[in-house]
Parts: sequence; structure tokens; C-alpha cells
Amino acid sequence: MLVQQHSVDASAKIVPGRKQRRATQGFWGEVGRYIAVVIVVFLALAPLYWTFISSVKTGIELRESPPTLFPHIFDMSNYTDVLTNSTFFLPTLRNSAIIAVVTTLLSLLFGILCAYAMARLRFYGKPLVLSIILSVNMFPFIALVGPLFVLFTGPFYVYNTYAALIIPDLLLTLPLTIWFLNSFFRELPPDLEDAARVDGASRLRALWEVIVPLTAPGVFSVAILSFIAVWNDFLFGLTLTSDEQAQPVTVGITRFNSEHTIAYGQLAAASIIVTIPLVILVLVLQRRIVAGLTAGAVKG
Amino acid sequence: MATRTASTRADRGPTLLERIQAGGGFSPYLLILPTMIVILAIAVYPMLDSLWISLLDNPLLGSPVLVGFANYAHVLGDPIFQSALVTTIIFTLMSVTLEILLGLGLAVLINKPFRGRTIVRASILVPWAFPTIVSAQMWLLMYNDQIGIITTLLQGLHLLAPGDTMLGSYWGVMLAALITDIWKTTPFAALLLLAGLQVIPAELYEAASVDGSSPWQQFWQITLPMLRNQLLITLLFRALDAVRVFDLFYAFGGNKVPSMAVYANIKMFAGTPGDFAPGVAASVIIFIIGVLISLILVPMMRDIMKQPR
Repeated sequence: MLVQQHSVDASAKIVPGRKQRRATQGFWGEVGRYIAVVIVVFLALAPLYWTFISSVKTGIELRESPPTLFPHIFDMSNYTDVLTNSTFFLPTLRNSAIIAVVTTLLSLLFGILCAYAMARLRFYGKPLVLSIILSVNMFPFIALVGPLFVLFTGPFYVYNTYAALIIPDLLLTLPLTIWFLNSFFRELPPDLEDAARVDGASRLRALWEVIVPLTAPGVFSVAILSFIAVWNDFLFGLTLTSDEQAQPVTVGITRFNSEHTIAYGQLAAASIIVTIPLVILVLVLQRRIVAGLTAGAVKG
Repeated sequence: MATRTASTRADRGPTLLERIQAGGGFSPYLLILPTMIVILAIAVYPMLDSLWISLLDNPLLGSPVLVGFANYAHVLGDPIFQSALVTTIIFTLMSVTLEILLGLGLAVLINKPFRGRTIVRASILVPWAFPTIVSAQMWLLMYNDQIGIITTLLQGLHLLAPGDTMLGSYWGVMLAALITDIWKTTPFAALLLLAGLQVIPAELYEAASVDGSSPWQQFWQITLPMLRNQLLITLLFRALDAVRVFDLFYAFGGNKVPSMAVYANIKMFAGTPGDFAPGVAASVIIFIIGVLISLILVPMMRDIMKQPR
């Protein structure tokens, strides 16, 4: 319908009319765009708003029917409950932070070395190595947790420790780290590094002292993406840890939602606490995150 | 004999060792070594071990016995698994289709600069950055029977009987999982497609405008064909991610409406010890489905890459 109309217009070749049509179309196009934008922003943020108001309502208001859209009283008791009375929430939050930071650092260390070899050195078997590294990211992780559980509760006993999560979480971060750093390293002119090497620096020193500082923004984007990937893991946490000694907060949060009762207010407050760091990261670093997400994607 | 092999080797070009040394010695292998050890130890080895365990009766016992494909027969004959398989396939088809369509729309929407684009881009990144399981809990606050706004709305519209929730029925759980997944993952699809949109040369559109083609025609004749590669990559990522869906069905469906991964998890970790190997077999089936999807989509991408651009 739309196509037909336009092609008729175009074939009519009445130039002034077409310009006029363009102008009105431009105006309504803009209006349509802004309506779409408002809808998108509303849909993206509405669940966050609902979670937030659920977290600050009093227990009585929370159960009111129909639910109130603006809380009458801002009640912080859910937050104090979650932060002081819960035996597991703060420990699991701490576990997640430690696991995410350590995994990100390890993955940067291994990934920088590997991505450098991929980007700069020629070696036998490189395409195979790259395709293995990239394909493991798409493995169904549920098919790995069985053997990892057997391994971690038997011969290599790390079940319910940080190591039980840091080791498999590397699987979430290494492929993306290597893929993105590979593309960042390729963009650097080789002359820079060659100059450093003529000056007598070894390959490794040239890597750490020339390449990594020059690609620092890229390395930083990758670190954020890694941190988010590990922070968001649920399956490994659920299967390879058993209590707040090592459990991540993604598992901790489900404990407010037990089979018999759901502590809605606390669940909401906990969700807000877990997601606030992510909201801040996204707002402050959105340019970096988008750059990181799309770096490797275009060159494909 | 020895000299003959040596001479044929020389005819065929450099030996493996020579090739290694020509490429910068062993140092590339040292640089990739830590990564390869990690990948082999936590991905390749467990995957192979899963294949092996799926053929045993009970790996948790001291001396497990090979039982061939009995675990697969057990799982494939289990009506709960059959239903989980159907659930996962429906979820995959629906979520991937909708996310690519909506992602494409979103990518086109934010491709051109306009006032407030930064706000839009930041706000669509918010759902993407959230842990899936936490997103599920947040949507649960809206789906549930006691305080849920969505339940209240649906009851008001008489789409739900009083006292009912979306999560009480099969299709309700499916819809809940789809909505939450689309909310969370469409931004990712949009960003991947946006990256593809931004490398389409503007001259193509200018030339088409001069020739008098409408924006709609330009979309079909320029945007879509130029975006084909990017669409296939997004399709592959999303499809492989959707067949292993776990968190959403864990939160919304639980024991009642499991996905395949939830089924495997229940078998492995919430069943009797004898259920462990069948659970692993179920997880291997997910892996096989993923391999099949890759075998279909990856060759299509190679074809595109071979074409001169």
C-alpha cells in the first residue's frame, strides 16, 4: 500500500509537489520518530520504575489493589531488611564483586597475550584456534556444568569456593575479550611497535608499554563488558556453589523468592541494589560499551 | 626410504616445524597457551566428558557401567522432556523472530542523529546490562498474583479470571518468558544491526533519492541486502542463545513449564543420583541442536563473504 503510493508519486515527477510531500513527510516522520522514541524509553525503563516503587512502598501499600503508581510514603525498611537483617544478601553481593573483578583481571591478562598473537603474529593453526575460542562462547553451558560439578566435587575439589566460579566464568569473558582486543590491536599501525622493538624492547615489553596503553580505551571497554558478563552469571553460581560462602548475588537474590512465600518488597529492594551499579555503568560509559559491543561485529 | 620422504616433504613445501619457525618461532604458542589451557580445561574437556557421561549409567558411582544410548532413550521417551523440547523450540522461533524484527526497527530508529539519541541509547542498554535472573525477578513483581500491575491490568480487561495469574498457565509462562527476553535482548540485536547500518555508504541512499525511490523502497533495496551478513550473525547468536534458555524458565516455569536446560538441571541436581546421567544426556541434546543450527547458518555466511563486496 505504502510502496504503491510512493511509486505513483515518484513516477508523476511533479517536482514541487514532491518537495512539499517531502516536507510534510519530514514533519510527520519526526513526530512519528519521537512517539516511537518515547514508547521505547518507556518500555525499557518501566520495569525498573515498578521495581523501584515496589521497593519503597510499605508492606500495606504494596498489597493494595489496584496497585498504586506513586508510593504514598517512601519507606526504606525493605532496604534496611535486605542490608542488615538478611544473612545472605551482603555476603553474596561481596562474592559477586570479588569474582567479577578477579575474573575480569585474569581474562584481561590471558586475553591481551592471546589477542596480540592473533592480531600481530603469523602462526600455524591460527584460524582453528580463533574459531575454537569464539565457538565456546555459544556452547550450552548447561552441558558443561555436569562434568564441572563432578570434577569440582571430586578430583579437583573447589566446589563452593570462588575458584569454582572464577574458572568457568573465564569462559564468559575470554572469547569476547580476545575478539574485541584482536580488532583493536589490528587497528594500530605496526610501525609504532616496530619502532619500540628497534629500540631494543622485546615483543612483550612492546606489547605492555606501547600497544596496551595506546588501546587503553578499548581494553577498558572490554573490561566493563567482562565485568557485566560475570556479574550476570546465574547457571554456574546455581550449580557450582551451595551457600553464601561463595554464592553470587544472582543466586542470592532468588532466595527472597522461596517456594512458600515471596518477600516482594525485599526482592524489589535487592533487585535495585544489584542493578544500580549496572545502571550507573551504562549511563556513564554508554559510548564505550557500544564501541566495545560493535567493535568486532562489523568487521566480522 | 628416509631420504625419499625427506625429498617429497621438501617438494611439498615447508615442514610443520619450518612453518612454525617462519611464523615467529614458538612465541605465538606461548602467548596463546594460557587461553588455550583455560578453554580446553573448562569448555572442551567438560563437553567431551558430557558426551562420555551421557553413555554411562551413573558417573557418581565408583565404577560406572557403559549403557550405550539408554539415557538418550530414557530422556527422549520422557513426556516432560518432549514438552520441554517443544517449549524451547516455540520460544526460540518466537523470540528470535520478534527480536530481529524489533531490533531492526530500533536500529533504523536510532541510526540517524536526532536530539535525545543518547538518552534512547542509554535507556535501551539498561535492560541489556541487567542479569537475566534479576530481570526475571523484576518482571515477576509485575506478573505475580498479589502485587502485579500486569495481572491487575489483564484482570481489568477480563483476559484473566480474578485470582488467576499469567504464570498459572503454559501459554502465560511462555508469554512471560518471551516478553522478558524481548525486553532484555532486543537492544543487543539492535546494536549489532546498527553497527551494520552505519557502514552502509550514504552515497547509496543519495543516489537512490536522486533516482526518486521512496524511503520504503530504499529500505528493501539497499538496507536489507547490505545488512544480510549482519542479520545472519544476529540470527546465529540469538538462536544459539535461545535454545539454551535457562534463567527465564527457571524463574517463571520452574518444574511446571521447563525449558530443555531447566529440565537437564532438574535431572542433574534435583533428581535421584540415577537421574544425573539422563540429565547430562538432555544437555548434550541441546548441544546437538546448537551444532545443527550452526551447520545451517554458518555456511550461508561464508557464501556471503566470498561474494565480492
